[in-house]
Amino acid sequence: MLWACIRLPHLALDAVLRDVDDRAHPLALVTGPAQLRTLLSVNASAAEAGLRPGMRLTAANALCAQATLRDHDEQRDARAHRFLAAWAYRHSSLVSAQWPGAIVLEASASFRLFGPWPQLEAKLRRELDALGFQHRIALAPTPRAAQVFAGLRDGYALSDRNALASTLDRVPIRRAALPDEAGVRLHRMGIGSLKELRELPRDGIRRRFGLPLLEHLDRLYGIADDPLDCYQPPDHFDSRVELGYEVESHQALLFPLRRLVNDLAVYLSTRDGGVQRFVIRLEHEVLRREAGVREKSHTDVQVGLLAAERDASLLMDIARNRLEQASIDKPVVGLRLLARELPPFVPAARDLFDTRPSQAMPWPQLRERLRARLGDDAVYRIAPTGDPRPERAWRAAGIDEDAACDAPAPVRPPRPTWLLEHPVPLRLSGLRIVSGPERLESGWWDDDDVRRDYYVLETPQGQRAWVFADPGKRGEWMLHGWFA
Amino acid sequence: MGAQVVPLESLLSARTVWRAGRQAAPAPLGESTGFAALDALLPHGGWPQGALSELLIPVEGVGELTLLMPTIARMTQAGRLVALIAPPFCPYAPAWQRAGVDLRHLEIVDTNAQAGSKGPLSKSALWAFEQCLRSAAFSAVLGWPSNADGPALRRLQVAADTGECLGFAVRDSRHADNPSPAALRIERVENDWRIRKCRGGQIPSQGFAPPLHAGLPG
Repeated sequence: MLWACIRLPHLALDAVLRDVDDRAHPLALVTGPAQLRTLLSVNASAAEAGLRPGMRLTAANALCAQATLRDHDEQRDARAHRFLAAWAYRHSSLVSAQWPGAIVLEASASFRLFGPWPQLEAKLRRELDALGFQHRIALAPTPRAAQVFAGLRDGYALSDRNALASTLDRVPIRRAALPDEAGVRLHRMGIGSLKELRELPRDGIRRRFGLPLLEHLDRLYGIADDPLDCYQPPDHFDSRVELGYEVESHQALLFPLRRLVNDLAVYLSTRDGGVQRFVIRLEHEVLRREAGVREKSHTDVQVGLLAAERDASLLMDIARNRLEQASIDKPVVGLRLLARELPPFVPAARDLFDTRPSQAMPWPQLRERLRARLGDDAVYRIAPTGDPRPERAWRAAGIDEDAACDAPAPVRPPRPTWLLEHPVPLRLSGLRIVSGPERLESGWWDDDDVRRDYYVLETPQGQRAWVFADPGKRGEWMLHGWFA
Repeated sequence: MGAQVVPLESLLSARTVWRAGRQAAPAPLGESTGFAALDALLPHGGWPQGALSELLIPVEGVGELTLLMPTIARMTQAGRLVALIAPPFCPYAPAWQRAGVDLRHLEIVDTNAQAGSKGPLSKSALWAFEQCLRSAAFSAVLGWPSNADGPALRRLQVAADTGECLGFAVRDSRHADNPSPAALRIERVENDWRIRKCRGGQIPSQGFAPPLHAGLPG
């Protein structure tokens, strides 16, 4: 195995510069507590103006007042690091981002696809340049050796495993990237190179520096295996679009939303998965004049589907409907799409000789479209239940309740096909009693006691009504259903 | 000026021209209503396929479901989906099951679930009706577009044609005098169903009296 290490000496700065239009303008990253602001990193034009990393902010302001100052954000660094790991994953299946400021990838298995190392290295450099990250690349038989070489000499490649030990032996001890600043301490003790360190008795090193240093040495020289934390592509989708201007209408959000949804669909198809639930996050930023700070908030638009889907146009259709229902009461400056639950997607089987019309839309898709516009509870089925009380003898059934819909209702006297949700008084003259009474007395167990006499009446217009009256109070009809 | 010659046979088969006084439609193109007497009256031997049928009733509950129930029961039992769009009342599950409907294949679209669109005449009900007709996912779609105007009904008719689906629009009898693009209009008069319009045939003079309120005494 051959490991390539990409060191990113200016990760924090590069991550910021990627979002900046004018890269030639002096820019510096500022860090440290409020009383002691110092520069962490500066770009080339800022360096020309005399700014140096580690400089106090006041000094920097005096030297170059027009420089853009940006706060250092460790989360942004971490995002950029993860992003680069994802990028490296396109070139190798073994990628690790476990060391800060470095990406390690196994290269030899990729030679057949991308060509020998010089070609692969050129490709890596070309893509990193395009992405805007400064880098140092080296190749070695162990990941730790590659990391050391990348720090020492950019472009160094050592593929001969037998030469590894002799090459490493010559590395100055302070440049060997030893853990816990051990290099500096060893240097002060008079140890000049890794060779001299290796000639010391291991027992003594273990006592003075602890086991980690010895383990590091063994892994560096390839004597012991080096278990790396390999990068795994994320199991969720999270993408964001910065709008760059304030948007207050739904229409203007549709274009960025379409981009996000298309990205999601591509991501889903590479995973061979679907999405059942995702969130469209509208990010607001309100400038509080009195406080002088930008207040950030967001509105979440939840999109839930009954079954996993991955078709871009369907997802867009649903997302759009949900978004149009949301009220935008504050200007939107960013749009984010988050999908955490990504269940497996089972495409519906279609008959090859299906003769349905071309505009046909299968019911699951249509159902999502209806729900998106009319509300989550708009589409349902009905199922009978065993309760004798008419208003409880049925219930709405969900998508996976076939058995409930199929369960036979208890045998009872004829029931109307239409049931009124709330009984209303029926005040008509000329009613004729067709049948009845049927006494219903039930519900003593749940404090919703019902005691009614049900009759079937015929109205002068020929309707058959299902009415009830309190026992003994014939004539005060309450209409409860129609035999339509 | 050579007028285009169109053979009479093609006009006849397209049902743009039909012979008066004869039983047209040699093949039963329609979906049987489940009532032999009614099938005999209708030009295609049943509900017209891929078209909108209009049921005109004076008030709710005069037997409009009794008329449709055999069709719905047969379709759902065969595993074909039937949809009710914004029904005026709750379809009462035990009764529908008793009538032979397989409730697994009966879908209800309730447009009142969404706030701000009260009433079955809302726009969303028409939209849902049209979507369901057009989708070809359903064999029959029932709707109650009581206040739909001519253009809206025309859209529904076109949607039913596109989706090759049976559309049933239940409306008030006061619309009987207004023209309608529906392929079949059938009105409840007294205890009879009278056919007001049927595409592809003559309007039969006699009405159809269904067995009133099946399953009920007296």
